[in-house]
Amino acid sequence: MKLYEMTAHQLHDLLARKEITSRELTESVLKRIEEWEGRIHAYLTLTPEMALEQAAAADLRIQKGEAGPLTGIPLALKDVICTRGLRTTCGSHILDNFIPPYDATVTEKLRDAGAVFVGKTNMDEFAMGSSTENSAFGPSRNPWDTQRIPGGSSGGSAAAVAADECIASLGSDTGGSIRQPAACCGVVGMKPTYGRVSRYGLVAFASSLDQIGPFSKDVRDTALVLNAISGHEPRDSTSVDLPVPDYTRALVGDVRRMVLGVPRETSGQGIDPQVTKSVGEAIEVLKKLGAKTVEVSLPHSAYALAVYYIIAPCEASSNLARYDGVKYGFRAKGAQDLLDMYQETRGQGFGAEVKRRIMLGTYALSAGYYDAYYLKASRVRTLIRRDFEKAFEKCDAIVLPTAPTPAFKIGEKVDDPLQMYLSDIFTIPCNLAGLPGLSLPCGFSREGLPIGLQILGNLFQEEKVLRVAHAFEKNTDHHLRKPKL
Amino acid sequence: MEYEPVIGLEVHAQLLTRSKIFCGCSTLFGAEANTHTCPVCTGLPGSLPVLNQKVVEFTVRAALATQCRIAPYSQFARKNYFYPDLPKGYQISQYELPLSTDGHVEIQVEGQKKRIGLIRIHMEEDAGKLLHDLSSDRGASSYVDFNRTGVPLIEIVSAPDLQSPEEAGAYLRKLRAILMFLDICDGNMEEGSFRCDANISLRPKGQKALGVKTELKNMNSFRNVQKALDYEIRRQTALLDQGDKVIQETRLWDAARGVTASMRGKEEAHDYRYFPDPDLVPLVIDPQWVEKIRAALPELPEQKKNRFIRDYGIPEYDAEILTSSKALANYYEECLNIYDQPKIISNWIMSELLRELKRDEREIEECPVPAGNLAEMLKMIDEGVISGKIAKSVFEEMYRTGKRAQEIVKEKGLVQVTDTSAIEKAIDQVLAANPGEVEAYRRGKGKLFGFFVGQVMKATQGKANPALVNELLKKKL
Amino acid sequence: MKISKEEVEHVALLARLKFSETEKERFTTQLNSILEYMDKLKEVDTSRVEPTFHAVTRKNVFREDQALPSSPQDLALSNAPDGDRGFFRVPKIIE
Repeated sequence: MKLYEMTAHQLHDLLARKEITSRELTESVLKRIEEWEGRIHAYLTLTPEMALEQAAAADLRIQKGEAGPLTGIPLALKDVICTRGLRTTCGSHILDNFIPPYDATVTEKLRDAGAVFVGKTNMDEFAMGSSTENSAFGPSRNPWDTQRIPGGSSGGSAAAVAADECIASLGSDTGGSIRQPAACCGVVGMKPTYGRVSRYGLVAFASSLDQIGPFSKDVRDTALVLNAISGHEPRDSTSVDLPVPDYTRALVGDVRRMVLGVPRETSGQGIDPQVTKSVGEAIEVLKKLGAKTVEVSLPHSAYALAVYYIIAPCEASSNLARYDGVKYGFRAKGAQDLLDMYQETRGQGFGAEVKRRIMLGTYALSAGYYDAYYLKASRVRTLIRRDFEKAFEKCDAIVLPTAPTPAFKIGEKVDDPLQMYLSDIFTIPCNLAGLPGLSLPCGFSREGLPIGLQILGNLFQEEKVLRVAHAFEKNTDHHLRKPKL
Repeated sequence: MEYEPVIGLEVHAQLLTRSKIFCGCSTLFGAEANTHTCPVCTGLPGSLPVLNQKVVEFTVRAALATQCRIAPYSQFARKNYFYPDLPKGYQISQYELPLSTDGHVEIQVEGQKKRIGLIRIHMEEDAGKLLHDLSSDRGASSYVDFNRTGVPLIEIVSAPDLQSPEEAGAYLRKLRAILMFLDICDGNMEEGSFRCDANISLRPKGQKALGVKTELKNMNSFRNVQKALDYEIRRQTALLDQGDKVIQETRLWDAARGVTASMRGKEEAHDYRYFPDPDLVPLVIDPQWVEKIRAALPELPEQKKNRFIRDYGIPEYDAEILTSSKALANYYEECLNIYDQPKIISNWIMSELLRELKRDEREIEECPVPAGNLAEMLKMIDEGVISGKIAKSVFEEMYRTGKRAQEIVKEKGLVQVTDTSAIEKAIDQVLAANPGEVEAYRRGKGKLFGFFVGQVMKATQGKANPALVNELLKKKL
Repeated sequence: MKISKEEVEHVALLARLKFSETEKERFTTQLNSILEYMDKLKEVDTSRVEPTFHAVTRKNVFREDQALPSSPQDLALSNAPDGDRGFFRVPKIIE
């Protein structure tokens, strides 16, 4: 097995035993990137020199016996996460030349852990999208079929892990932007509970929904990254002040006496029967492992899409008002006056989907519409939360599909925004309720495309989610399949 | 047709915290441009706000001092609009759930007491500064300095209870004094730490329904507020008398020309699209914390005034003036510590000291005569070292030079002459020099006594003790 | 029809966005279909339901009133599209 194909925990063992060095490992990954990046386009910025410097530093730490689980491991960061001194574009022209003067908290934590950064990954512009086709710099491609989308908005981070162009990566999830690409690319993707991971340095899309989370090749790596990035942050008022358990201790490989909730509402129009079949089989595996299943009802999940596509654009329209050409980023040339400067800068700097959502959000917050849209959606959000509270009285975790279909073809849904939005029907409710959610591969379609199983937990119950995921993974081998590149 | 004005005032006061409302940058005034900023107050991508606890404490103080109701549950909201001095494209303020509501302030105009309602006091962040007059080789330019973005403000909205420019002035002075007494604001209108916008409409006298209001901005002193309101009343009256309608708009006060002018370049009425700020969590104010703050409140103007009347036995009129500012009240009490004569000190401050300060348009904080010096000098009159008359010119000299009374008296040899033989000598000289007047006085022209007193004072360069002069002169004549 | 082309223009102005005529037409159509989908929410009775503005309930998060070092001026201006003598320059604002 090549170094770049391995998981972080496997590599940590090799590094700790001094069988390999971080330098060797990093060079292996960089070479892999050289071979495949042309076809995958997972990255917007590659940092080979910095990576090798970090690898050298990591090797020193390892020699001194001071290595942690992520020391010397090559990782990638979604380009929505600030990295000091390193271009951070959010997949947008308007930040094409933006160099943050500070590190996001997660960046700091990973640096402290001794990780190696190989680059910043591609994404839908400002995290708005489900296919990475909204990137101002061209889409990323699904390693399983480069004519297809890798999912979005964290498509680059998912594709990079699936193609072994990094060992693990970070993405962000607002309505499914980690879980859905994880399903499309056949990797593990997790969104922690809202407030578990600091948002300081995460460029905001929808503040009450955004969370940073890991992409990895297996559940153990997910736990390791989660350990490293979680924790209270005084610079983020929404960050929760709870101790971080060692998430690897949840990986007991056993789901006996656990009760899994299966939502009644996860069948219907638009769901590929192959997805239904795969997920059904996955639930059977879990039952054979000793878990009980119980039907739960999430009656308001039918409204989740509408709620999300009001709340997220409203918050986004406000969060993106700062991109005005005054202080940083792109400024249109030749503006006649201030109004002209604003309109030209934002008109030229933003892509169509971003503009569409800003318009939607601005409209929904404007005079006379606030009650009917934002306020109404926020009340229905409460009902969606209550549905989950009731469901979790009966079960430890909820299992359902991650996405209604496997990865679709590039270009297939760009002209129909509403169709594109429907990719998120299973992932959105979890963001609205702030719950932790994970996707891992549970099967493949006839075309050989990955299908994802989604596991949701109650607030701050990441351990239960990881436990179910790990037990399933241990007893299946979907996660061991690699795309033929 | 007679109209009555209906005026409401919106005051923005900068709070005297060490750091900004949502980040740790310093709030100190006057630093070089863009040297007191960070990712948070300049709205860099990924930055997040965290609330400065002192801001809440200071706002609670203001609410308590104005009898406001403190909301048990309060939330920040985003006020969205585009302007170069607003880095995030929204201001973090409070909208539906302000920290406090329903208070009042008592004012006194021409002896009449009146209660002005406060609708709300809430917290928000200040915007940056724009400069339009720097020379530029890049065409007409404006320059942005973000040092001021994020400085904490409280916004105090009065009810439309003010009915004249004079009442507006009295309200502003009282409000400013309260905030300064509370040590939460330095009340500096020139530096912009205390700002005022006005809303004014006219309605026919006796009518209940309100007329169309205009908003007035850019009034940077109490006098300008009154002048602007005066002008606007005349302008609206003229419109209404002609049968025209008043347009609801924002108008800027132009102090140079003495008029209000409609703001040009306002492309559309602002739609602020307020919604609760998702980056800031709600405030649940603990009543015990409020009581702690209440217990620690500094003495307020009303309380201090009553205490002065009670403990020092000075009339209400005096007490009102002496407690009109915290600094003046402190000055007075400092004097009292050295020379325990409340009425004498009060008289002296109200007549001599305030007159000098007013002439120079200075505040008590800039008074060149330290309280100690004034008290010393007054003691010297008491001890007969100088006469009351001489003291006045000594004081003027003290004010001009900042020197102590002793120094000045010594330098100019102004010590009062109380030596009877010296006075007698002077009297003898004067009487000898004016035989005719002595004759006339002795024959009944009593008025000439003043003449002799004057001459004796002249002969002693004003230093003779007047009482002694009177006594000895009477004997000699 | 939920939103007219004129309303779209007004919203575009509020959001400081500029569109070509074709874009305006396309946006108007797309926004309309999205807003029509939102009508679903009218089916839900929320008369006695409090809104959720925060996914996880925290309250009273504060920091101490301590002045901390700020960014040096050159760093503050490091991304400025038009920095000039320590300021951010913009086209002149006429009031």
